[in-house]
Amino acid sequence: MCRCILGEISNMAAHNFLWSLTKNCFTFGLIGLTVSDRYASIVPVRGSSMSPTFNPTTDSFMGSLSDDHVLMEKFCLQKYKFSHGDVIVFCSPSNHKEKHVKRIIGLPGDWIGTPMTNDVVKVPNGHCWVEGDNPSSSLDSRSFGPIPLGLVKGRVTHILWPPQRVRHVERKNHQNRHSPS
Amino acid sequence: MRRWGLLAKEALTQTLTFARFFCLFHVTNHYLWSPTLVFGPSMLPTLNLTGDVILAEYVSHRVGRLGPGDIVFVRSPVDPNKIVTKRIVGVEGDRVTYFKPRNGDSCHTVVVPKGHVWIQGDNLYASRDSRQFGPVPYGLIEGKAFFRVWPPNSFGSLG
Repeated sequence: MCRCILGEISNMAAHNFLWSLTKNCFTFGLIGLTVSDRYASIVPVRGSSMSPTFNPTTDSFMGSLSDDHVLMEKFCLQKYKFSHGDVIVFCSPSNHKEKHVKRIIGLPGDWIGTPMTNDVVKVPNGHCWVEGDNPSSSLDSRSFGPIPLGLVKGRVTHILWPPQRVRHVERKNHQNRHSPS
Repeated sequence: MRRWGLLAKEALTQTLTFARFFCLFHVTNHYLWSPTLVFGPSMLPTLNLTGDVILAEYVSHRVGRLGPGDIVFVRSPVDPNKIVTKRIVGVEGDRVTYFKPRNGDSCHTVVVPKGHVWIQGDNLYASRDSRQFGPVPYGLIEGKAFFRVWPPNSFGSLG
C-alpha cells in the first residue's frame, strides 16, 4: 500500500513537471516569436550576391555552417524610413516565400542610371531600388525593377557569425544614383 | 535582505505574466485573426463609406489559399504606411480585362505576372487600385477579410 501511494505521488510529480515544462516551452516560444517579429531576429545569408560584405568566400566544403549570420532589426518598419546604403531583407516580388538581402541604392524620387541599357529610371513613390554589392552575380532591381517598400522585412545592422567577422554593417554610397536634392 | 529577494521574485513573476499576455496578443493579431476598422468609398456597396468593423484572418495568405473574389488587406505599393482593402480579381497567370471609367472607357487586357495579384475595389469609379499602380506582389498581402461585425444590420460573413 505504501509502495502504491509512493507510485501515485511520483506519477503526479512527473506529470506536474511535464506540464510545467510544456508551459515554459510554450511561453518562451511565444516570446521568441514576438521578439523576432517586432524587434530583431538573426538570419543566415546564402549566396555571394553581397560579396565581399557577406559571404566573401564561396566555401562549399563547410556548407551552410560557413554562411554569415546577420542581425536584422525591425524598428525601421514602424515608419518605413530608410537611408541610401542600408542593407535590407525583403520578400522576392516573384515568389513571396523567398527572401533576399540587398543594399538600397535609390529611394522614391531618385533617378538611377543603368549602364547596361544607357537608361535612366525614376524610382516611383513607395518603392526603392536595390542592388547587390557583387554586381556580376546578383539578381536585383536591374532585373526586376524597383520594389515596393512594403516588401521589406528588416534592416541588417551587424554580422554575428562567424566570430572572426563580427562587425557593424556600414552604409555605402553608389555612383550611379542621382538625387533630386 | 530577504524582503528584496522576495520583491525581486514577485516583480519577475509579474513581468513574465505580462510578457506572456503581450506575446499571446501579438501572435493572435498577426497569425490568427483580429478586428479592423475599414472605411472609404472604394469598396461600395460591399463595405460602407463611413466605416465597418471587419474580422481579418491571417492564415489563408500564409498557406496560399487566396483566390479571385477574396477581399484582402494589402500594404499599398504607393505608401507602405497605408493598408488598403480591395478584392482580388486575378492571380498570377490570369488574363485580366479592365477599364478606367474616367479615361475614355478604353478597355485594357493584361496578364498578371508570376508572384503578383491584380486587385480592384468594388466601386470602380472611386478606387485607386491595380488599374493605377499595376499588379501588386503577393508579399504585400497582409490578411483576408472574412466576417463583418459592425454595423449590426449587416452582421455576417463576407463573400
